[in-house]
Amino acid sequence: MTPFTTLESVAAFLPEQNVDTDAIYPARYLLLMERDGLGPYLFRDRRYLGDNKRNDGFVLDREPFTQAQVLIAGSGFGCGSSREQAVWALTGFGIRCVIAPSFGEIFAGNAVKNGLLTITLPEDIVMQLGAAAERRAVFRIDLETREVHVDGERVASIDIGDNRRAALLNGWDETDIVLREDGEAIAAFEAQHRIAQPWLFQEADT
Amino acid sequence: MTKTLYDKLWESHVIRTYDDGSALLYVDRHLMHEVSTPQSFIAIEKKNGTLARPAANLAVPDHVVPTTRRDKPIADPLARAQTQRLVENVARHKVPFIPLNDPRQGIVHVIGPEQGFTLPGIVLACGDSHTSTHGAFGCLAFGIGASECGIVMATQAIRQQRARTMRVNIAGERGPFINAKDIALALIARIGANGAAGHAVEYAGPVISAMPMAERMTLCNMSIEAGARVGMIAPDETTFAYLEGRPMAPTGEMWRRAIDYWRTLSSDADAAFDREITLDISSVEPYVTWGTSPEDALPIGGRVPSPDEVAEPTRRTRRERALAYMGLKPGTRLEDIGIDVVFIGSCTNSRIEDLRAAAAVVEGRRVAKGVKAIVVPGSGLVCEQAEREGLAQAFLNAGFEWRQPGCSMCVGMNGDTLSPGQRSASTSNRNFEGRQGIGGRTHLMSPAMAAAAAITGHLTDVRKLAATRA
Repeated sequence: MTPFTTLESVAAFLPEQNVDTDAIYPARYLLLMERDGLGPYLFRDRRYLGDNKRNDGFVLDREPFTQAQVLIAGSGFGCGSSREQAVWALTGFGIRCVIAPSFGEIFAGNAVKNGLLTITLPEDIVMQLGAAAERRAVFRIDLETREVHVDGERVASIDIGDNRRAALLNGWDETDIVLREDGEAIAAFEAQHRIAQPWLFQEADT
Repeated sequence: MTKTLYDKLWESHVIRTYDDGSALLYVDRHLMHEVSTPQSFIAIEKKNGTLARPAANLAVPDHVVPTTRRDKPIADPLARAQTQRLVENVARHKVPFIPLNDPRQGIVHVIGPEQGFTLPGIVLACGDSHTSTHGAFGCLAFGIGASECGIVMATQAIRQQRARTMRVNIAGERGPFINAKDIALALIARIGANGAAGHAVEYAGPVISAMPMAERMTLCNMSIEAGARVGMIAPDETTFAYLEGRPMAPTGEMWRRAIDYWRTLSSDADAAFDREITLDISSVEPYVTWGTSPEDALPIGGRVPSPDEVAEPTRRTRRERALAYMGLKPGTRLEDIGIDVVFIGSCTNSRIEDLRAAAAVVEGRRVAKGVKAIVVPGSGLVCEQAEREGLAQAFLNAGFEWRQPGCSMCVGMNGDTLSPGQRSASTSNRNFEGRQGIGGRTHLMSPAMAAAAAITGHLTDVRKLAATRA
């Protein structure tokens, strides 16, 4: 995946609580089996009436927010379905960072695997950032220094675990890391587990 | 040191821990369906990888499959291609598979337990947020994304952040017709759709001990609607009785050893939880949702609330949006809300007990004029049993459609959708905007309540309807 270091961009503000992954990526597009090129389906039913008629006015369709790489939203962003397409649609549109008071857990887990940074900040700060976003302030997200700057002023720090940060900074693929670093540990655990709970291994493993 | 059920399940699966408190967990079981896995297989094959333990997986198509005319090829080319992709992927990787035309086919969260694939004490993952359902068996079960599905398939392990623990004690006496769905909606209304975020929820108390497995599954299923990725219930004699003799459950000596171990899987008497709440259900009435989040739930005797009651701006905006989307005016009596469609099904409420509860309400009655009512059993086995018990006939006699198993109108991927502006009484789990179709308006409720709405054509207190027969 694409490494995440710093970005500088206007931010789009969606002042709503519990924006669910069905809203971010409607279920009917889950029939597509790609993971690239899903940007056009992002918030599809908020941006279109029916399947094709444009419903102008959604924040991501207003200049300059069509270029936003940062999205700011209310609490519970990404709640609901586990569909990773919600993340792929955001990154496909060009969003690299979402700031909210809280996130759906599965969404947040999916995000980090696709170079999408989720930043959790207290609700009052998120609302202040949202107001700055509406003023078209320039946001600078620096994962190296763990800092958020708005129009050159440091406004918040990014609270993120070392593993997630390292994965984002380096663009690591978790499958590769787990297989490379932990393959032997997994095999050793499995051998023990097979002895402790043999009923879980009765099937004809090949 | 005393431990909670979650601690025991977690610690028995830790392969290694990391500096930031996360851990690599061993995954005993992975359920696959056609929607969550195409990209996962591609990711594995790009690296020339294989599945770590094919037999630890079980695959079934459920999300996009039609619920009528199974004798014909799937009409929608995209749905047909996606189902076919699963068939090809599992064949290439020798993954145990239940095909569409198999009587065992059904919704992943119905067939996992039904087949005994779901067992106490395991870690179970699936690319579906309602994987929390399986926690009803005292296992650690959670939904994951497609990338994580690929990691699990390739490594049999997954990196997870340890959750905080939360115990929800369900106390009191249930009134007539009060179902696990009402309890779940009452809980979510109280703590919010994000109220249990970051927590693994354990449901406990005398009401839970007396609850059959189907309702335990309903309750654990809805945990994700309170923001909790994990919901669980300690295994007990009810659990063991359900599992004994299931096709994939252990037998003989292995069964005896397994239940000896499973009996240790409960929270220690003095175990401390990060958070503990008690819900007294003695006064809980049948619940319905009025808005576009499962937390927008009220007792059926209530009225549509006003945005003016909410001060915080994002919450207020959401409520205003919800009312506009749902086409409802504050102050309207919930029982005055007319409906167009009734859906009885989904991984929340499509088991035989759910169908019995709904059939008991419709027996001898007719679906209201102009209402389309469908029943979609959770699996082929549920379907067969309902037919044997005469439930299918009761639904048909009342004017319901009796369908083939799948996720159907819960997620609306298979052509079973609401039209714009149509309003449903649904036993599914999500009333999000567009969830059941663009512009569709969903009211969530229990199977008995959905059945009552089908009969009257509006949201209805099933207790009143039942009284008219007495």
